[in-house]
This record gives sequence, structure tokens and C-alpha cells, in this order.
Amino acid sequence: MSALGEISRWAIPFLLLVIPVVAFLRKIPVYESFVSGAEEGFKTGVRILPFLIGMLVAMRIFIDSGALELLGRALRPVLLRLGLDPNLTAIIPLAIMRPLSGSGSLGVATQLIYRYGPDSFIGRLASTLQGSTDTTFFVLTVYFGSVGIRKYRYALKLGLLADLVGLLAAIWIVTKVF
Amino acid sequence: MVNLIWLILLAGGILVAAVTGRIDTVTASALKAAEMGVEVAFELIGVMSLWLGLMRLAEEAGLVQGIARLFGPALRLLFPSLKPDSPALGAIIMNLSANLLGLGNAATPFGLKAMQELQKENPEPEVASPAMCTFLALNTSAITLVPATIIAVRLKAQSAHPTEIIGPTIFATGCAMTAAMIADRFFRRGQKS
Repeated sequence: MSALGEISRWAIPFLLLVIPVVAFLRKIPVYESFVSGAEEGFKTGVRILPFLIGMLVAMRIFIDSGALELLGRALRPVLLRLGLDPNLTAIIPLAIMRPLSGSGSLGVATQLIYRYGPDSFIGRLASTLQGSTDTTFFVLTVYFGSVGIRKYRYALKLGLLADLVGLLAAIWIVTKVF
Repeated sequence: MVNLIWLILLAGGILVAAVTGRIDTVTASALKAAEMGVEVAFELIGVMSLWLGLMRLAEEAGLVQGIARLFGPALRLLFPSLKPDSPALGAIIMNLSANLLGLGNAATPFGLKAMQELQKENPEPEVASPAMCTFLALNTSAITLVPATIIAVRLKAQSAHPTEIIGPTIFATGCAMTAAMIADRFFRRGQKS
């Protein structure tokens, strides 16, 4: 694993060195090219701004108002009746939060890790879940928004399905391995 | 679908706040979140300019195309609708590798760049193309190999083995990604007929 850590540490300096050097050797005006590409950064940032704000505001309100907690509590008896292991109910808020908000789900995962202990079943499951799935809903709205797509087709369904599989796989592997 | 979810998040939150006597939090949260949106976007602008500048250099030097050609066979399987030399492929690879290495800051610019390139090949500019759906499924399911943030949290919480969740995390990610790619095939076929 430390090998991977080393790669991560060297990746950016490596790219920052190799790309300009190769480009220079291929007779490209490196500085001017860089600047003309960098120009796009500002435009893209401004273009995604309204989507970011729209989503962040709606999600913050949903979380801070306690609506998310309420949803988790309402889902608990339903899931228990469907055969959910009672030991797993603590993970429900994280499972709902994960696709919506990265900082929100990190907060929930951190709380779970502290409350149940990092080496408890719930602590390990929360860690695995936080690391293995992404903020699907958020990524979709921002990425699609940045190029003006209004109709997502089956993208949301697909992303949430992958999250669900990730959740089930995380529960299974954490139960098996530890 | 998004419109409905957005409305539910907003209306549900405000309703719950009203009933539980926490209506003040709505105002505070809304304003704070709006501010945070600007912060996030402006932070992104800096990193994005850096990477898009570098990406332009790599493109003009032929490096992006080279990488795309290297991974071409695998990508053509996943993105049959794209031209084999599509500039989107290079950006997609850069996005996925940045994600895997845990360089979240670099991943977003490449991801947005990939979306722009995919949009250029999209016949209906307001509707997601099949390639976009595949890319986003791949992007949101295939994430980091070493979840550095959560390891840091575990370390702080005095875990005896903070890194022991790396294996399970990779397993769960792999399952999610495989499921996404299989389901993507079915959805794509379902749309055509």
C-alpha cells in the first residue's frame, strides 16, 4: 500500500515536469499553450457555479432541518420488516447521505466511527462505505449542468444502482473479513 | 427527475423545520450553502485552470492521444459510440487515473473536460448521450484505491489498524463498478429498441 502512496505523492510533480518538457521538445510554445488552455478553467468554473449553489442549498436545508434524520428513522421499521439485520440500522443515515453530499456523509461517517469505535463492525462498515462510493447525485447534477444537459436518461438510475451494489458488497465483505 | 428531487429536498427540509420549530436554520443554512457554492467554485477555478492548461500542452504534444491509443481497446468496449481517436477518451482516462490515485482535485477538471468533449459528439445537446451515461457511471463507481480521508479519521479515532479497510473498500468499489458496467449495457440496449 505504501507503494501506492508513493505513486500518489510523485504523480503531480511528475506530470508537471514531463508534459511541459515533452511539449517543448515537440516545438510547442509551452507557456502560451498552457495559458490558452488555462483560460477554459475560469469559464468552466463560472458555468458550474449555479448548479453547485442550487444543489448545495437544497441539500444543506434538507440535512440541517433534520429531514434526513427523520427519513432515516421512518425507513428503519420498513427495512427491518424487509429482513434487515438490526445491527445495521445505524448505517441507514450514511447510506442515504452518501450519494447526496460528500462533506455531509464524511460528517456522518466520522460520527459513527467515534460513537461505535473505528474497529467495531459499524465503524469498519462506515469507513468502507465512505471510501467505496461517490456522491453520485451531486456529481451528476454538476457534470451534466456544466455542458447544458437537461435530460439525464438512465444515468441517475445507473449511478444509484451502482451505489446500492457497493453498499451490499461493503456489508458482505465487512461481515466476512473481520 | 432532478427537478422533482430538488423540490423534495427543499420542500421536505423546510416543512420539517417548520414543524419542529427550527425554521431559523433554513435561512442560515440556505445563505451559508450559497456562500459555500461560490467558495467551492472559486477553489475549483484555480485548480481547473492549472490542469486544463497542462492538458492543452499534453494534447498539443500528442500525449493525450498516445494514452488514449494505449487504453483504446478496453475503452472501445465501454464506449462503442465514440470515435476511436476521440479526444474525450484521453480526458476520461486522465479523470479515472486521478480518481484512483486519490487526486480528487485533479480529477474534477479532467472529468468536466471529458464531458465537454463528449458533448461535442452528442447529436442531441440537451439529452445525455449513452457515452456520457457510461462515463458518469464509471466515474462515480470507480473511485480511489487508498481512501486517505477516511484513514485519517480512523487514525484520529485511535484505530488499531487504520488502513485495514483498504482491501474491503477496493472490493466494494470493484463490485459497484462491475455492476454499473453490466447494467449500463442493458440500459443502453433498452433505450435503442
